[in-house]
Amino acid sequence: MLSITTAAAVLMVLQQAPAEGTDWDKAFGVEERVRDPETGEFPVDPYEQDNANAGAAPSEDPRLAAAFGGREGIKRIAARTVELSEADPRIAAIFAGHDMVRLKRTLGEQLCYLLDAGCDYTGRDMRTAHAEMGVTKADLNALVENLQAAMREARVPFAAQNRLLAKLAPMSREVVTR
Amino acid sequence: MWLATLGMSLSLLCIAAACQAAAGALPELPAGDAAPGATVPPAVAAEPSPEPEERGLKIGRTRLLAGGKLLLTNGITTVEGASGGGIASWATIAGRQMGGGIGVSAHATGIELPDFGWRSAGAALGIGDRLELSFARADFDTRDAGALLGLGQGYTLGLDSFGAKLRIAGDLVYGEAWLPQIAVGIEHKRSRDGAVARALGAASDEGTDVTLSATKLLLARSLLVNATLRYTRANQLGLLGFGGPDGAGRAVQFEGSLGYQLSRRAVIGAEFRSKPDNLGLGEDDWMDLFAAYALTDALTLTAAYVDLGSVATFSDQRGGYLSVQLAF
Repeated sequence: MLSITTAAAVLMVLQQAPAEGTDWDKAFGVEERVRDPETGEFPVDPYEQDNANAGAAPSEDPRLAAAFGGREGIKRIAARTVELSEADPRIAAIFAGHDMVRLKRTLGEQLCYLLDAGCDYTGRDMRTAHAEMGVTKADLNALVENLQAAMREARVPFAAQNRLLAKLAPMSREVVTR
Repeated sequence: MWLATLGMSLSLLCIAAACQAAAGALPELPAGDAAPGATVPPAVAAEPSPEPEERGLKIGRTRLLAGGKLLLTNGITTVEGASGGGIASWATIAGRQMGGGIGVSAHATGIELPDFGWRSAGAALGIGDRLELSFARADFDTRDAGALLGLGQGYTLGLDSFGAKLRIAGDLVYGEAWLPQIAVGIEHKRSRDGAVARALGAASDEGTDVTLSATKLLLARSLLVNATLRYTRANQLGLLGFGGPDGAGRAVQFEGSLGYQLSRRAVIGAEFRSKPDNLGLGEDDWMDLFAAYALTDALTLTAAYVDLGSVATFSDQRGGYLSVQLAF
């Protein structure tokens, strides 16, 4: 027993401290991701872009988009929802490590498309986008509350808020994985 | 040689133990890559992000009283203690917990009628968004009517309700709009005045209702729709016992609710509940018009106008209903 302990101690002492300034990303093969200078987004693996990826058909009521302040209003609401969710202790961990610049854009496009405010959705489909995230219904509730808060701040009438949620609610089938 | 091997594996263990915290901060780092002689790199300074919230108590993987439901989606406690809309049972599950959580709900309800007064209180336990266990105790003050009915001035009829409800399919909010949340429930009710019930002709002082409920929030219309079938032989919920003198047995009754969401916190609506008339006293169907408001996440107040029709031969029992519910 003593010899084992001694051997272990000797081996520990013999361990060399790593050189200063070691590039650990390189040592462990971590690829450096660089944001696109124009969009500010990290590059993603190619996928087929299709409005069908938005997960629902757009609204047929032209007045609905106006209730959200049109295209610009919708983009602000999407960005605000992402900000609130990043700062929300209930679900912040889900967003950690994801590209929030891209999420703000794609969520804005998705809401804009669903409200028929004149956008195409260029993001991935709901199942792919949420794979491996382990989202629960409780997480979804937290996100809904943040979206509701963003819509309230933008003074979107409650009935109109619910009409957008009606488009999003069925997507739980693709988003909730546990 | 074997000593050296052992020593090496021990030193590996040492590193793993000493640097557990750092490894925890680097989940992508496969532990097997750590070669002996290499210390684990310092944890990368993560961007400041909010601490994961530890709401409520945690026992194993179960969260107690941590909340998580959207406002009002736990319903309003019914007169029989189950979650629902006041007089109609819904497919909702009491408590504010979601999957993996345990929540509780407590309520007190008063109904003022021309000839009677109802007081009830109870509690419910919600397990996940799946199972609800409830209890309610009601007192029905007969006031002057008690004397006229030969029971005695201010005689109070009592009813205890024990309920269990299981969500079997669907979701109140999420999923397809055409698929409601569906739940089955049982409510075992005991009259605390069996002698009165039997004197009126009831076959029993206890009975068990079976309910099947379907409830959906139609977001596109901000409308909550509920339909419940109740297989029962309870007379006035069971206050007047169960069944009738001629062996009047169980029958399927209907409970329907419509609610309109004015805001996240406010809902107004109407309910209907059909009733049997096993005792031949002219028991009427019930209806109400309600307004519920979530003052806080936990506290919900409900006020309603109720029309209970004829109760124990006293007709036109219309009045006010007030209920307070505290849920976590």
